[in-house]
Amino acid sequence: MIAQILINAVVAGSIYALMALAMVIIYKASEIPNFAQGEMAMISTYITFVMLQVYGFSFYPALLVTILFAFILGFLFEFAVIRRAKDPNLLGYIIITLGFQMVLFGLAGWKWGSDQRTFSLPFSSSSVIFRTDQYAITEHNMASIIIAILVMAGLYILLKYTRLGLAMKAIQQNKNAARFNGIPADRIMGFSFGISAIVGAVAGILVAPVSTLDPTMMWDPLLKGFAAAVLGGMKSLPGAIIGGLLLGLIENLFGYYISLEFKAVVAFAIIILVLFVKPSGLLGKHYTKKV
Amino acid sequence: MSLPVLHIEHLSKSFGGVRALNDLHFTVREKEIFSIIGPNGAGKSTIFNCINGLYSPENGKIILQGQDITGKSPNVIAGKGIARTFQNLELFKYMSTIDNLLLGRHMLMKSSIFHILALSVKRSAAAREEIKHRRKVEEIIDFLELQPYRDYPVFALSYGKQKLVELGRALAMEPKILLLDEPAAGLNNEERQDMIFWIQDIRDQMDISIVIIEHNMQMVKDISDRVLALNFGKKITEGSPQEVLANQEVIRAYLGDDLKDE
Repeated sequence: MIAQILINAVVAGSIYALMALAMVIIYKASEIPNFAQGEMAMISTYITFVMLQVYGFSFYPALLVTILFAFILGFLFEFAVIRRAKDPNLLGYIIITLGFQMVLFGLAGWKWGSDQRTFSLPFSSSSVIFRTDQYAITEHNMASIIIAILVMAGLYILLKYTRLGLAMKAIQQNKNAARFNGIPADRIMGFSFGISAIVGAVAGILVAPVSTLDPTMMWDPLLKGFAAAVLGGMKSLPGAIIGGLLLGLIENLFGYYISLEFKAVVAFAIIILVLFVKPSGLLGKHYTKKV
Repeated sequence: MSLPVLHIEHLSKSFGGVRALNDLHFTVREKEIFSIIGPNGAGKSTIFNCINGLYSPENGKIILQGQDITGKSPNVIAGKGIARTFQNLELFKYMSTIDNLLLGRHMLMKSSIFHILALSVKRSAAAREEIKHRRKVEEIIDFLELQPYRDYPVFALSYGKQKLVELGRALAMEPKILLLDEPAAGLNNEERQDMIFWIQDIRDQMDISIVIIEHNMQMVKDISDRVLALNFGKKITEGSPQEVLANQEVIRAYLGDDLKDE
């Protein structure tokens, strides 16, 4: 049984880690906690659905369209909404992202209704690829883990070995200085939002087959991703991954050994506990300002 | 007489009701060291902030080598060849010295989407381009004697060295004009002497015009070709360091007039 719990934990944890990464990419660059990110992922997942079901695309072209769509959605959100705000404080930003979240939620409800839909992916959650009497691994389990690892590796290469990555890092450390060195900070911030939206969209596509496709599908993953990001330190990408996996593990162990009904509450408890004990998170660096 | 590089005319800027700059004119010429002096709050840093696009002036024009750059955004202006340093350092603190300098060259690198996403692995075009830029950065590191610190994160360096890293980053941009906001503030005597030599070397060897905001009058005297004195956002006088520092109005601006009246 413990083997099955571990498998479930890693699968759930991979998805939380993706949502946490999406959160951290933006938070690192701008200190904005983007609460619209769940709904952005949901809309992107609907795009995959429409491509597959309505236009009859096969999966990979549909995925490509979704990635493009997600990037544009994220970029436009930054360009048309975030950038227009005049000297907002943190609360202002939170309200903006919550507002955008509601707009997207309303839009999805109006366009696609609140029907729960299912859509099929090349990796099904019912076909088992490996089974013993102790545990079973489905295609969807396997695909979730592999895709999450691919996304993480892609992000690592992007941030570590490209000039876009260096420019993003520069903006994270000192936006003004970056500007004075000729780095177009606004455009690169837009890219960050776009990249974050892609990561979120991938999480959405992985969530949809196991839950269902409806406008509320990303509420839970968003919350879990946020908890994982807080756990990892909000500004650390490895922290987000570790936070996601750890949350998946804690949650599943808690569900099995203590209470299944309260499994969903674990994420909240973790947010509170982390803020209480170590606000900078597991891997967060906490620099105190010298006065 | 050498050619004008930077030309400022009718520059005005206010904050709320306060006139920070009032109808200011001046011209910086090729290979000149031009100092701006004035008491605190005279509007010196505001001039720099207008020139490099942090503020957009209400009135007036900023012309760089015949091209109007007024109101352009900071990254565009940096691209036109204006580099600056700051009174309170603006560095990428958690990056190494060499990465800070490399970022100074960001806009000199090719900027198509393929170039910014290209991997800098061995023998790729991106790597070749990076080698070219690294070579230039190494020259600057040698010039400012920063070799021992090249791989250290900047926050671990002393204040004096951090100022040099910031200067190096500005030089890495290969600017036409360099704006230095209090380059000697917080430095000890020896470091200040070094800074003076470096600034003169930059002017002589790299053909860069330099505008300096400085409070240390000895340094202003030693280094400047011309000096502009400012009070309440208005020009008091402009000329050689000896003339300006002997000007009665300048002395009064620094010491305050109530001393005399009482």
